[in-house]
Amino acid sequence: MTLAELQQDFQSWLTAASDDAAQKLAGSSDAPGLFVYQNNYRGQLVAALQSTFPHVRSFMGEEAFLHAAVKHVDAHPPHAWTLDAYADQFGETLRTVFPNNPDIHDLAWIEHSLGTAFVAGDAQPIGPADLAGVDWDNAWLRFSPTLMTAQATTNACDIWWALQEEGAQAPEAEMLAEPNGLVVWRRGFVSCLNTIDAQEYAALQFAQANGSFNGLCEFLVERLGEDEGVAKAGSLLADWIGSEMLVGVDE
Amino acid sequence: MSRSLPTISGHGLGLRKEHYRDFLETDVPVDFVEVISENFMVAGGQPRHILRQIRERYPVALHGVSMSIGSADGLRADYLKRLKALADEIDPVIVSDHLSWSRIGRFNSHDLLPLPYTSEALDIVCNNIDQAQNALGRAMLFENPSSYLAFEGAAMTEWEFLADMAKRSGCGLLLDVNNVYVSATNHGFDAQAFLRNIPSDRVRQMHLAGHSVSEHLLIDTHDQPVPEGVWALYADAAARFPHAVTMIERDDNIPPLPELMAELDVARRLWRHAQSAQKEAA
Repeated sequence: MTLAELQQDFQSWLTAASDDAAQKLAGSSDAPGLFVYQNNYRGQLVAALQSTFPHVRSFMGEEAFLHAAVKHVDAHPPHAWTLDAYADQFGETLRTVFPNNPDIHDLAWIEHSLGTAFVAGDAQPIGPADLAGVDWDNAWLRFSPTLMTAQATTNACDIWWALQEEGAQAPEAEMLAEPNGLVVWRRGFVSCLNTIDAQEYAALQFAQANGSFNGLCEFLVERLGEDEGVAKAGSLLADWIGSEMLVGVDE
Repeated sequence: MSRSLPTISGHGLGLRKEHYRDFLETDVPVDFVEVISENFMVAGGQPRHILRQIRERYPVALHGVSMSIGSADGLRADYLKRLKALADEIDPVIVSDHLSWSRIGRFNSHDLLPLPYTSEALDIVCNNIDQAQNALGRAMLFENPSSYLAFEGAAMTEWEFLADMAKRSGCGLLLDVNNVYVSATNHGFDAQAFLRNIPSDRVRQMHLAGHSVSEHLLIDTHDQPVPEGVWALYADAAARFPHAVTMIERDDNIPPLPELMAELDVARRLWRHAQSAQKEAA
């Protein structure tokens, strides 16, 4: 058996508990060592999910979380060199396993995004002093590489904050009267979470994708009218700068 | 290409986040700290910032768990690039990983899986070490892993494999004394023979750790104090490997720092005793 064949067989044993692979590797499918490796493999992947999604775990309950984690391990052998990446697709698994629980979907997005922002690239935020002399008609907004947004349909943000408070009781999950936006980014070394209304969410999404401040003004004028639209663009800009979401204005 | 091996001396600790504050706010009496490379191979944020601060106060060794030096299809260039960037920034005293494999094709097990001790595996490992050392521009150390499975058709013992690997590739060895103890117990080989037959001048670092006892096997959990049998083996290793630094490696069930420092004091005492005995014998 070549090394490549042995390693393929080992993969088959770890991911599918293949009897054939076990025979080839150890001459028996009940060699204790084989089970040590399989337990290590599966246990480590479940532990990685538990570590990334502590509040999802406590909100769902241990049994439901473990059920989803096992489904995920069965369906998604890891590919990346870093175990951190193993959490990336767990939100999709939760949508599949618990399709009628948008609260869990939103909560999983929050926890995954907070973890991602924590180690995202560094970038110095801009302040008011950096804006002197900017030609706003030709200005392009550059957002922090840590900034992530998603639409929320539930009060998952309130649930997250309650679970973050040690000993606090999480509120009952509720659907929102209308969807809003979730925002995650990092200020300094601290990951931040906020909710924004649907209008700001749309504006932020537009600005992230488009970048042009003039374009943002037009986007808002179209929805709010000339005066209110321009004023809204100005106030959003001030908020984003104050929250350290912007790292540059290019001309 | 011949590259020089690390020449640091002394005793250190594996640095875990539970003790960041101790190390940043006080002068912990260690000669170096070792961190898990992958925990800091990130784009930015607090982990990298903390490591930079730690590096200002202590020599740092980078210890990897994901290089997969035994992969039959070679190493991942993106992994080496990230490790190189981290090493360039931190200027570590040692860069190490394990004699094991984790990845084949797109599958990455995130475990330190055993290699068969065959000529083919030795060729592949040496080629991969060449690639890693060329990418990093420095010699690495590779650690003997604990193992729970031995393959049919081995052409050599683990210590023969390690010795040939070090000779051919120019790498150094990180001797995990606990892993020798665990593997020797699990596979029924003589731990002393292991120590006797690996090249003394290549061993530049030693790990001390604890393990758990299961029904059939010892398991390398690194979540227990160093047990008596491992201390006894270390006493012999300390005499045999005078160029090696020693550290306590605790990965789980992390105790308060004074408990680990007390273990490190035991290691220091055994080391001094072994070196004195060697001098007297000479």
